Amino acid sequence: MRDRPFIVGGLVVFLAFVTAPVWRGLATTKATLAPPQIKSPAKEKQCVAPVSYMRASHMQLLDDGREDVVRTGQRKYVAYNGKVYDKSLTETCLGCHGSRQEFCDRCHNYSGVSTLNCWNCHSDAPQIARSSP
Amino acid sequence: MKMTRKRFLQLCGLSLIAAIAKKVMQGAATSATSQSAKAIRWGMAIDLAKCRRKDGCSGCIKACHSAHNVPQFADRAHEVKWVWKQPFEDVFPFAQTQYTREVNAGLPVLLMCNHCDDPPCIDVCPVNATWRTDDGVVTIDFHRCIGCRYCMAACPYGSRSFNWQDPRPAIQKVNPNFPTRTKGVVEKCNFCEERLAKRLAPLCVEACEEKALVFGDLEQPDSEIRKLLRSRFALQRKPELGAGPSVYYLI
Repeated sequence: MRDRPFIVGGLVVFLAFVTAPVWRGLATTKATLAPPQIKSPAKEKQCVAPVSYMRASHMQLLDDGREDVVRTGQRKYVAYNGKVYDKSLTETCLGCHGSRQEFCDRCHNYSGVSTLNCWNCHSDAPQIARSSP
Repeated sequence: MKMTRKRFLQLCGLSLIAAIAKKVMQGAATSATSQSAKAIRWGMAIDLAKCRRKDGCSGCIKACHSAHNVPQFADRAHEVKWVWKQPFEDVFPFAQTQYTREVNAGLPVLLMCNHCDDPPCIDVCPVNATWRTDDGVVTIDFHRCIGCRYCMAACPYGSRSFNWQDPRPAIQKVNPNFPTRTKGVVEKCNFCEERLAKRLAPLCVEACEEKALVFGDLEQPDSEIRKLLRSRFALQRKPELGAGPSVYYLI
C-alpha cells in the first residue's frame, strides 16, 4: 500500500499526457483550415449527375467512364436528365470546371486524399482543348 | 396399346424429318443475321511507288507523331515511334532477286503496327492491357499496362516502343486532346482509333499528299482497299508467321 501515491501519480501523469491534444485543442480557439471555396462553372448550371452523387461517387463515375471508353469503345455518357456528354476527362470535366489546380487539387489537398496519377498522361489544360477543333 | 413394327418405323421416320427441318430452319436464321452484322476488319494498303514519289517526304509521320504526342528522344535507345521508315532490304529481305537488290537498296518502306488478325503480342500480355477490338484494331490500355515488355518481345515487327523515361519533356507541343503516355508503359500505332470512332480515316492517310495510303474495311468485298488488293500484287510483312497483318504493301 506504500506505493499508492506513485501509482495514482503515475496514472494522473499518463492521463494528462494522453489527453494533452484535446486540452490544447480546447485552449486554442482559432480555426484551422477553411474548406475550399470551389467556383461553379460560369457557362453550365448542371453537372452530369446531381451534386450529392458527384461529391460521393465521382471516382466511380470516372473509373466506369474510363473502362467504357478504353475497353468497350462506348464514348457517350447519357446523364440522368437525358443530356448526352462525351466521356472525356480533359474536354468534358475540365471543360466546365477549369483546370486541375482550380478544381481537383483544392478539394483533394484539403481532405488529404491522394488522386490517381491521371495527370501523368491526361492534359489538364482544357483551355487549349476547347479552342482547337 | 401394343405398338406394331410398322407403327414404330413410321414414328422414327417422322421424328427424323422433324429434327432435320428444325436444323435447316436454324441454319437459315443464323446465316441471315451474320450477313447483316458482319464484322469490320480495318486494314491499310500502302502504294510503295506513290509513297516514294516525293523524296524524303515524312508528312504522315509528322502528322501522326504530333497529334498523338509521340516523344522525340535524341538517344536512339529511348526511341518511341508509331509510324516510321526502314530500307526495303530490311523489311522484305526475301522479296527480291539478285538483280532487283541493287535497285531496291535503301528505298524507304513505311512501317507501322500491322494490326494482325491473330496478334502474338496480345497472347503474352499478363494483365490483358492489349487486345484486338471487334474492328480489328490492336489497342493498348495504358491504365493497365505494367511495362513488362513481353508484347515487345512477342511482336515480330518491332511495332512497339517502351517509355524508358517521362515522355512529356520530349514532346515539342502537347496536343491536349490526346493523352500523353507516362514512364513505364508500352505504346504503338492505334490505327487512329479515336478518329475511327468519329468515322474519320487515320491521320497518316489524310496527311499523305500522294494518296499512297488507302484505308478501308477488309471484310467488305466491294471496298476500295479490297479492289486494290484484288488487282495489284501486294506483300505482307512476314506472312509465314501466320499473324495475318492487316497492312499490305502494293508493289
